[in-house]
Amino acid sequence: MAKITYIAFDGTEYVVEAKDGSTVMENAVRNAVPGIEAECGGACACATCHVYVDPAWVEATGEPEPMEEDMLDFAHDVQPTSRLSCQIRVSPALDGLVVRVPESQG
Amino acid sequence: MSETIETDVVIVGAGPVGLFAVFELGLLDVRCHLIDILDKPGGQCAELYPEKPIYDIPGFPIITGQGLTDNLLAQIKPFSPTFHLGEMVVSLERLEDGRFRVQTDAETVFLTKVIVIAAGGGSFQPKRPPVPGIEAFEGRSVFYSVRKMDAFRDHDILIVGGGDSALDWTLNLQPIARSVTLMHRRDAFRAAPDSVNKMRALAEEGKLNLVFGQVTGLKGGDGLIEAVEIIDNDDKTHHLPATRLLPFFGLTMKLGPIADWGLNLHENLITVDTEKFQTSEPGIFSIGDINWYPGKLKLILSGFHEAALMAQAASRIVFPDKKVLFQYTTSSTSLQKKLGVA
Repeated sequence: MAKITYIAFDGTEYVVEAKDGSTVMENAVRNAVPGIEAECGGACACATCHVYVDPAWVEATGEPEPMEEDMLDFAHDVQPTSRLSCQIRVSPALDGLVVRVPESQG
Repeated sequence: MSETIETDVVIVGAGPVGLFAVFELGLLDVRCHLIDILDKPGGQCAELYPEKPIYDIPGFPIITGQGLTDNLLAQIKPFSPTFHLGEMVVSLERLEDGRFRVQTDAETVFLTKVIVIAAGGGSFQPKRPPVPGIEAFEGRSVFYSVRKMDAFRDHDILIVGGGDSALDWTLNLQPIARSVTLMHRRDAFRAAPDSVNKMRALAEEGKLNLVFGQVTGLKGGDGLIEAVEIIDNDDKTHHLPATRLLPFFGLTMKLGPIADWGLNLHENLITVDTEKFQTSEPGIFSIGDINWYPGKLKLILSGFHEAALMAQAASRIVFPDKKVLFQYTTSSTSLQKKLGVA
């Protein structure tokens, strides 16, 4: 298990207990975090689950794979810590993870 | 050019469920035309995840989206459906004789006895970048596709994106534009390497500007842009003079004109019964992800079941005087003849 904090664009925090092996996107959708649309259902094919990883957690979450990097081209306001949350898998090492949701998924 | 096609059934959407509907209707001697906004059959399976494995198609422990599409196309080949690809249905009306008149944005007109809406998540439409006020410029100086190249002649064009659409239009419009700027958020392009090489060669010759950054605002008025505000990768803001903007940020799914057809909807999905999968309008059926009924599951296999039941009901509308005989493909010689195997 890992505790994940999603900060919506309006500043509202959503704190979720996430199961190991699930994705950061799945936990957002299950808990109705606004702004995570996940149109393609987690296939790394749409960029509507785009989040900004808190700088303190960038190392723990790792770098995007080339395919995810390609898909980030379809996201908006991409920043250096941008990730697709469907590609971040929950593990005990991510306990305490903080991600921010962008203003719009387009 | 407009043409009028008379047919039994028009299927809106050529995804897996629309394709399988051709099979079920075909066994009952009903011929179909399919319309899809994409330029290829397969819907989301072909567009969003052609290489992704699907694990819940009965009889296939694992199959890719493209593999399933190819198999369905092979399965419906005996019924020679007609595809109208790259077209979107824009209007639908019932005629006095009970048939429907369906028109696409390519001005193809159908007169049909039955309509089957198998449009999945809706029609794929270009993604709009969340730039404040962009709507006011759309269709006049901001475009998401190029329909007539002449509309771009002698303009200062800014193209945004790193995929094939962005690169192809950069190369195609460069000879006729006053200037072309290609902007992408990073110095890596998904597009075909050959196009990327051609683009880089033009940039080196000074025939196009290649910049890295993202669009943040638009300047101009009366629908016409004059400059595009961008932020570069060092967080500096610049203004790029441009009179045409072409953003290519992929596709999203929208219900589109279907919402205006007067059908009963439930949270943007079309309400149907679970006997015939007919909508609130007799003769219009809806199957697959786009329909809703109590207990609905958005699974491809559910859409296949819905197609089979819909076909029985649709054939009674197409052939009101014919008795529908329930038969199995394993034992019926008449079905096997239709499939070309007997």
